[in-house]
Amino acid sequence: MTMPSKILDHDAIRRAVSRVAHEVLEKNKGTGGLCIVGIRTRGAVLAERLKECIRQIEGAEVPVGILDITLYRDDLTLIDTQPVVRETSIHFDITDKKVVLVDDVLFTGRTIRAALDALIDFGRPANIQLAVLIDRGHRELPIRADYVGKNIPTSLNQNVKVVLEEVDSRADEVVVEERSKEARDKDAEKKK
Amino acid sequence: MSLLIKNAIIINADRMHKEPQDILIEKGTIVKIGKGISADGTKVFDAAGKLVFPGLIDMHVHLREPGREDKETIETGSRAAAKGGFTTVLCMPNTTPVIDNAMIVEAILKEARRVGLVNVIPVGAITRGQNGEELTDMFELKQAGCLALSDDGKTVGNSRLMRLAMEYSRMTGLFLIEHCQDPDLWCKGVMNEGDVSTVLGLKGDPGISETVIVGRDIELARYLNARIHLAHMSLKRSVELIRFAKSQGIAVTAEACPHHFTLTDEAVKTFDTNTKVNPPLRTREDVDAIKEGLKDGTIDCIVTDHAPHTAEEKEMDYDHAPYGMIGLETAVGLTVTELVEKKVLSWTQMAERMSAAPARIAGLANKGVIREGADADITIIDPEKVWEVRKEDIVSKSKNSPFIGRKLKGAVVTTIYGGKITYQSS
Amino acid sequence: MTTEWTHKDLLDVKDLSREEIELVLETAKSFKEVSARDVKKVPALRGKTVVMLFFENSTRTRASFELAAKRLSADTINISAGGSSLSKGETVLDTARNLEAMNIDAIVVRHPSSGVPDVLARHLKAVVINAGDGCRAHPTQALLDLFTIKEKLGKIDGLKVGIVGDILHSRVARSNIWGFNKLGARVTVCGPSTLMPPGVEKLGIKVTNDIDELIRESDVLMLLRLQKERQENQFLPSVREYAKRFGVNQERLKQAKKDIVIMHPGPTNRGVELSAEVADGEYSVILDQVTNGVAVRMAVLYLLLGKGKSKVEEGNV
Repeated sequence: MTMPSKILDHDAIRRAVSRVAHEVLEKNKGTGGLCIVGIRTRGAVLAERLKECIRQIEGAEVPVGILDITLYRDDLTLIDTQPVVRETSIHFDITDKKVVLVDDVLFTGRTIRAALDALIDFGRPANIQLAVLIDRGHRELPIRADYVGKNIPTSLNQNVKVVLEEVDSRADEVVVEERSKEARDKDAEKKK
Repeated sequence: MSLLIKNAIIINADRMHKEPQDILIEKGTIVKIGKGISADGTKVFDAAGKLVFPGLIDMHVHLREPGREDKETIETGSRAAAKGGFTTVLCMPNTTPVIDNAMIVEAILKEARRVGLVNVIPVGAITRGQNGEELTDMFELKQAGCLALSDDGKTVGNSRLMRLAMEYSRMTGLFLIEHCQDPDLWCKGVMNEGDVSTVLGLKGDPGISETVIVGRDIELARYLNARIHLAHMSLKRSVELIRFAKSQGIAVTAEACPHHFTLTDEAVKTFDTNTKVNPPLRTREDVDAIKEGLKDGTIDCIVTDHAPHTAEEKEMDYDHAPYGMIGLETAVGLTVTELVEKKVLSWTQMAERMSAAPARIAGLANKGVIREGADADITIIDPEKVWEVRKEDIVSKSKNSPFIGRKLKGAVVTTIYGGKITYQSS
Repeated sequence: MTTEWTHKDLLDVKDLSREEIELVLETAKSFKEVSARDVKKVPALRGKTVVMLFFENSTRTRASFELAAKRLSADTINISAGGSSLSKGETVLDTARNLEAMNIDAIVVRHPSSGVPDVLARHLKAVVINAGDGCRAHPTQALLDLFTIKEKLGKIDGLKVGIVGDILHSRVARSNIWGFNKLGARVTVCGPSTLMPPGVEKLGIKVTNDIDELIRESDVLMLLRLQKERQENQFLPSVREYAKRFGVNQERLKQAKKDIVIMHPGPTNRGVELSAEVADGEYSVILDQVTNGVAVRMAVLYLLLGKGKSKVEEGNV
């Protein structure tokens, strides 16, 4: 087994979020009609950081919401362990807003698909843009990110692990690690 | 027709013969008991290692014919009785129509004789149609072949009418069997009223429904100097009342069922409707008292209250499923397992409770004992055999037993009724 | 949270652990939020079929379950005793087997006889949810009551709860007693002695006939519906006397703690177990109970129709 390799450290993550903040502002020509929705759990943390960056750059407050996509997952009845449903808190109307959807890792695209369905149940936004910290490829749906912190080419035998201080209580980092053989076998079994 | 039983350990109520003996049967009668009997051309049956009882007598069964032949018939019920080791059964009158006149008694006797597997004695009703209002023609019932009367399934609720029934029946020589359950106190409870019914939210039958009638009937019997036989006693308090009555010399006798000395109301927790029975399964304390009563003779005999019901009926919800369970085929196994193995009864006491006492109570002079000149009704039991109650082995038409799946010790090997083998285990 | 949800069915609160009850309450919080949205529907149980099998009238519970199932995108069918072949002599089990042959996923059953849900659960592959059986259990009512109290008072542990009325015939009381016991509340039941089940104190609760003392002590007062037929069946001299002796009105409530919570499983008999002012008053949470009922039932359906154990899953999806 190869050692896990650190792709981003604390500073690199900070810089990536900051760059995405600039890109969001540039593309949307400021904060007018803008709002941010983070996908639980780490997307929500990144959404808060993004909002903070935007405040520092523009001096403007952008509303932030949290989305729990559990109930919209397409594999709800397939997975062994049933995920706990947590609250969604979007305390503003997203209709006619420009929504920046934030997640940590973009992989198959299924989470984003679920999030889009959920968002649309909340209202009819003017548009939805996607910001992710990591894009690791291997899409299974026609979904792409508008803002990417870092592209990391990976194999399916690898895991991308995002550590954020707010939820993990240790220093930020992004690590790529090999998946154990057991985990891979279990996956293969499921697909049969 | 003759039969020779070799190497029999004979268990009579008064004595267990340690030495194996031979029993010669001719024309339905035991003609000779002794060692080394030989008889040319006689069918020989070797009972070595088995226990040989006088034919068992069940004073309380429901054969359902006429009226509910879908549950049981005299034929299927007789087969179940023979398999259970019984040679005489008293069948209760809550058939459709009720056994309240000579014609029905005769019809039952005729069919039972045709089947010929067990001595069936119909119990006539105390009141016409068991409606609790007017007495039956008791002399007519007696003449037709009844030995006892009962409104079983119901209590004679009207105390004055019960008094009159006791007085009138005494004159006929018939004795009364009371189903003890005050109908108002009972209130159609579906299980024992107590901690378990509270948790399960099922309507409870408070034990006092039984004991107030036990008390009433004891007082009536005392006052009238009459006999009363109390059916299927289920409570500690009933045993105490009967013990007291007997100590006073009151002519009371009583019976108890295997399920009441085996199961408690905890069994209802499964909501298995086969545990729904009337009187209901009671508490551990009651079970222990019933055993104690059987041990000291307060309870005279063991009966099955064999009550067949169809699977469809028992598949209903607990409130609506009918009361009752079958019992003929498990009585010996449960008695040996729960009473003899646990040192509650000796083998001779088992012979007393299951044969001699019921014969005495019912007035069957030549039954309940193995002796020269007695009827050749014999039950041979393997005391060591362990077997499992299996649904597919039940020969009764109905299979409503909560004991299915249970392992029992003690099995009927052979039943002989009137000198004829009516059951032989394979 | 790593509580495992291992039950195939929901039959009684008695069968649940403290942790499992808390999991339901926690999950229900999220569903309450869903019910507050403009689009009150999530696709979680899309493709699942839930049968409402009601052998006893109940507009409220059935509507609540149906709403819960629909908000989770499950399909629902209603079968009530009057319209089904049950009235034509079919056994309960037969009805259920027939339903299962149609590949349904869950049965929400209410029956006037205790134990019917247990028997169905034992014989069917489908999930069975008890929506009230006889006098024995009404688990979702107890769970929604716990949820409502937790929402109002922030905790259950250590609270003093009074349950007033016909305890003998109340499945709501029984399920709540189990729930409160497991979550550490102290329960006192109060009512006429003729309507107290024998040995109820052995469930670890107190029994009293003194409503005023109970009102003074309680943090939560749960009033049960008094069925009119209890008078007909001689359990009570009169409904009038019951109302005077055990009914809760403004006057009586003056002795209560400042933040007492008044609950009722509904439908209320105003003027009998409680006065209209109390039912509509500041302490009453009766309508919150109704609102929370949907959320709790969504949580129950979600937990039962999902698979295996429930725990937080993170990762690369």
